[in-house]
Amino acid sequence: MINSSLLLSIITFVFGFAALLYLISWVFQKEVVGKAATWVTVVAVAGDAAGILLRWNESYNIAGGYGHAPLSNIYESLVFFSLTIGLIYLVVERKYRNRIIGCFAMPLSFFALAYASFGTSAKIQPLIPALKSNWLIAHVMTCFVGYSAFALAFGVSIMYLIKAGKNETEGNSLLGRLPTSAILDEVTHQLIMFGFLFLTAGIITGAVWANSAWGRYWGWDPKETWSLITWFVYATLLHARLMRGWRGTPIAILSIVGFLAVIFTYFGVNLLPGLHSYGAMKG
Amino acid sequence: MENEAVVKGSYFEGLWKFFVSVKLTVVVLLLLASLSIIGTFIPQNESPADYLRAFGPFLYHVMATLDVFDMYRSWWFQGLMVLLVVNIIICSIDRLQVTGKIIFTRNPKFNLASYRRRKSRRKMKLNGDIGHIENHCQAAIAKMFSYCKVVSTDHGVAITAEKGRWTRLGVYIVHLSVVVIDEGDSIDTIQLRFKNETRKLPFTIQCDDFDVQFYDSGAPKEFRSKLTIIENGRVVMQKDIIVNDPLRYKGINIFQSSYGRSANQGAVLDSAKEIELRFQSNASGKTYNVKTQLEKPVEIPEGLGQFVLDAYHPQVQFRGMDVGSAFVGTLTPKGGDPSQVLLPIKFPRFDTMRKGDVVISVAPGVEALFKERFFTGLQITNDPGVTMVYIGFTLIVLGCMVTFFMSHQQVVVEIQPKGKNIAVMVSGKTNKNRVGFDHKLERLVKNLSEADTTEYRKVV
Ligand code: HEM
Repeated sequence: MINSSLLLSIITFVFGFAALLYLISWVFQKEVVGKAATWVTVVAVAGDAAGILLRWNESYNIAGGYGHAPLSNIYESLVFFSLTIGLIYLVVERKYRNRIIGCFAMPLSFFALAYASFGTSAKIQPLIPALKSNWLIAHVMTCFVGYSAFALAFGVSIMYLIKAGKNETEGNSLLGRLPTSAILDEVTHQLIMFGFLFLTAGIITGAVWANSAWGRYWGWDPKETWSLITWFVYATLLHARLMRGWRGTPIAILSIVGFLAVIFTYFGVNLLPGLHSYGAMKG
Repeated sequence: MENEAVVKGSYFEGLWKFFVSVKLTVVVLLLLASLSIIGTFIPQNESPADYLRAFGPFLYHVMATLDVFDMYRSWWFQGLMVLLVVNIIICSIDRLQVTGKIIFTRNPKFNLASYRRRKSRRKMKLNGDIGHIENHCQAAIAKMFSYCKVVSTDHGVAITAEKGRWTRLGVYIVHLSVVVIDEGDSIDTIQLRFKNETRKLPFTIQCDDFDVQFYDSGAPKEFRSKLTIIENGRVVMQKDIIVNDPLRYKGINIFQSSYGRSANQGAVLDSAKEIELRFQSNASGKTYNVKTQLEKPVEIPEGLGQFVLDAYHPQVQFRGMDVGSAFVGTLTPKGGDPSQVLLPIKFPRFDTMRKGDVVISVAPGVEALFKERFFTGLQITNDPGVTMVYIGFTLIVLGCMVTFFMSHQQVVVEIQPKGKNIAVMVSGKTNKNRVGFDHKLERLVKNLSEADTTEYRKVV
């Protein structure tokens, strides 16, 4: 039987292929290619999910009590990340009937999974006692659903910046075929509301977990602080929208800044001074 | 929501305008976000000596004065939090004065004229009996909206309907929860800061047993303390705690937080247990396995003397090198003087260094015979604010769900005879998610058109 890390390495390229198809269908306006892109994405998402289930099963097949849900380290969370990006993207594609967003969404899944497969260790590790908690599973899942929505919002915000200010009636040019900036703004907002709900839930489940593991729900350690910084940035965005003249470009920029904060929460924190294996441990 | 902070009239009014503004919110949130970064790059609450070394005396004094080394509890950071909370409270009071009236009403008002003007309204002409059409429409609308009322107009009737008026409260719940969480957290922080005394637990904790399990990789798998709570000489509770599963009693939480190897009494050896020794004779090259117990002398085969295991030591240094756990024994050769022999468990060839007639070692598998001694580290906390924080957590998630994904939707369907036909106008508005609401109206229109027994025509 095929092992999960091999399957997931293959799925990486399926995501990459989907991205390529979306790009071709945008540039050459071929409906057939667009449809194919959607189906390839569906296959990639299904394969990603299968990889996660397979890995879950594999962990239970290792003797010595290694078995655990595959959401405990950087590799596993990135695999889940690419899955949720794909899933949420498919919903967006269906709701807004637009495939060009796929050109900006699928590369995110591709890079996440490529980094997981080729930049991190796929070895199944046993859980240390602090990580054995259902709150941790809830924490990782909610955080990454939120991060995925923010990742997509990031992609759409880039589209917005490309589109904004250009002549909206440019007809059939490459830019002209992008959704109108009003729609892009709307999609960004929807995604950010969705992401904000999940980030909020993610920070909370993390706090509840910390309280059951260490007897404190908040300790201002860099990982916690950066997740709060991210939360503040998106809260700013939600309120900036309420001010006159702040729709559009400022919102797109805040959305990009927010996603950079997400990335830093996830990767950058491990580089900060005075931190030991905490980031790697917490995943 | 634009607010100019113009000081008009009283001083109080100016202050109110300052605190009611969303601009202030955006500024404070951005400040909180950017200032929080500092404490992630400068490790917090380390020893002054470390900071002094890292930053030099001048910078150190500046930073220490500004509380940079404990910034999340500093007056300026806490001050920003207070500013945010005051901002939320004033803003909510201000808005509730207006929206409160809209939210808490039994008879919602529908301004028909404005619905007739809406760009998104849809019109159609139906054929059939007006009474039948009215009934059909009312039934269809009542199914989709919780409130439904028919009013008569100059030329016919208007069905007014709505749902989700209460969802306008969602955002107030979100804001309230931010305040609740912040206050709940303050209770704990203040308690920490001002009551820096030692307190006595109102009961006794007894650790009956402690056990650590390891993976084969050597990483810890589980540590478990068997605890008994004794109050007034009576056992009131017994529970095994592990990491992530604490014991809570009378507002006190007891967490399994760490463990360690006892240094002095690292292990106990059950003296009744048999230990297998291995003797290799240099003369014959033969190896003999002999079973013995602590302090029980054995005769070494080939007449090489007598050996007795004296003790077990969990941690042994040999010429400055840590050789781990080891036995110490006494060897008495035939006709010679007794000498001490060290038998590290991890190094079975260790005794060859003695260059004696016989090499003594402990046979593999001996570890299973004795238990290493561990101590358990418990963390005991009392945080009365945690309930409040958790209530805030629950509320904020619920509030966000309501605010983001539910909306207050209103429709007006006007029905009036027009020539031989019946003219029907459908017009609606929502405070959120226009796209979804448009689909809903589309479905409603389709549904209403079924009142027509002959055909469906839509005229926009
Ligand atoms: C950390 C603090 C805060 C959080 C997490 C927060 C959260 C939210 C959320 C989630 C929304 C809904 C946004 C949307 O529907 O797109 C919102 C709306 C709003 N917030 Fe806040 N908020 C905070 C602080 C404040 C403060 C200090 C004010 C004071 C002026 C404020 C005023 C408003 C207003 C006026 C709205 C719009 C309400 C409406 O649409 O009817 N918020 N807030």
